[in-house]
Amino acid sequence: MSMNLKGAFEGYRRENGRMGVRNHVIILPVDDLSNAAAEAVANNIKGSLAIPHAYGRLQFGADLDLHFRTLIGTGCNPNVAGVVVIGIEPGWTGRIVEGVAKSGKPVEGFAIEQNGDINTIANASRAAYRMVKHASRLKRSRADLVELWVSTKCGESDTTSGLASCPTVGNAFDKLWENGNTLVFGETSEITGGEHLVAQRCRTPEVAAQFMAMFDRYQRVIEANKTSDLSESQPTKGNIEGGLTTIEEKALGNIQKIGRHCLVDGVLDKAEAPTGPGLWFMDSSSAAAEMVTLCAASGYAVHFFPTGQGNVIGNPILPVIKLTANPRTQRTMSEHIDVDVTGLLQKRMNMDEAGEALLDCMLRTAEGELTAAELLGHREFSLTRLYESA
Amino acid sequence: MTIHFVVHDEGDSVGVVVVEGLTAGTRLNGWIMDQDRMIEFDAKSNIPIGHKLAIRPIAKGDTIVKYGVDIGRAVADIGAGEHLHVHNVKTKRW
Repeated sequence: MSMNLKGAFEGYRRENGRMGVRNHVIILPVDDLSNAAAEAVANNIKGSLAIPHAYGRLQFGADLDLHFRTLIGTGCNPNVAGVVVIGIEPGWTGRIVEGVAKSGKPVEGFAIEQNGDINTIANASRAAYRMVKHASRLKRSRADLVELWVSTKCGESDTTSGLASCPTVGNAFDKLWENGNTLVFGETSEITGGEHLVAQRCRTPEVAAQFMAMFDRYQRVIEANKTSDLSESQPTKGNIEGGLTTIEEKALGNIQKIGRHCLVDGVLDKAEAPTGPGLWFMDSSSAAAEMVTLCAASGYAVHFFPTGQGNVIGNPILPVIKLTANPRTQRTMSEHIDVDVTGLLQKRMNMDEAGEALLDCMLRTAEGELTAAELLGHREFSLTRLYESA
Repeated sequence: MTIHFVVHDEGDSVGVVVVEGLTAGTRLNGWIMDQDRMIEFDAKSNIPIGHKLAIRPIAKGDTIVKYGVDIGRAVADIGAGEHLHVHNVKTKRW
């Protein structure tokens, strides 16, 4: 373990023992129909935050399970102090309330049918009022660094991502993993071309087999649905503009985020919470907002996001720390970048120094310093769908 | 000294341009990261930041190596110092 790893941070201790770094009261719609009421409540009660989204109707089977798991996980995330759930009808609303209640935090549900938007908004606003009042009294307390859960996903990657910003995350992940932190990476399709390298890094043959099963399943989805070699989708137009030529090249840059030493300790389904410390692989979309939303739903409290061309993503509840090694991106859109590692490519900074700079930013963020995405109001919340509605 | 391009590993076929506005004919300083060694090269194309140049002659059909790993195949001959991207390299997947 690096001697520079600070051993503690000040965060919010939640009812279930988890440590959060933010203190949000969220207004969580069950479905698209309830977005208007949720936004009205957040407008009424200052300090509450609506999380509108596009789905939640006529889903079924595994796709519906994922919908519930994602919304319940979002509510249970330790960066959230309290949750007001609003749905069109009471059944599914109650299911989310029950799920969040298991975390022990304040949660109340409201259904619109037989009440209408106006009464629902009034009742839900009173609940939000009480929760924000409660949350505003909570104080940060000291916790060991090991209690900080850290996720990663990169975006609008270019060749500088693989050279420098992703290895910076890898350097920090190696140190956090040795320290015993709970970590996650994913982006199943963006492992293509480097899957053998990830499989080699799995702790046991069983974990490697689970990883390869997830990888192979995703490849079958792509093979079944593709109409071309996916050029322009993977790599994206932005990736190609940034100099990435093939999915294999992109993948090899992507997997620099898992460093050089840490092992993959287990695999997670989408939005599934890890059962212990270590580095987890989550079978997940490579689209930035979808993946970060899933990380938040799995309970992660801080996110590392290397970018090349300048992805501007944030998340409503999970602080997204962005880093870049691309000097043009740093020059033209520095307000989006939290950690500048452009010095790596001119040997003005070494990888250990870059990793330390990222860990310093992580601790400042954990203790309340706002990220670029938070300052700019980026709250992308994007639910993953598995297939068509019923 | 400005580093114009960076190579992951000395066995790679390509380097990545890390400065803006690089023009054909420029004498380039390249840094091979894994071996921490410098090489010099002449740019044969105008190459945007983040894009790659071939650091050895590549024949159509050859495998392109970066990070010491296969990242695709050449679909045209590529001279050393020339711009290497989607116009002359394609994926072997999908």
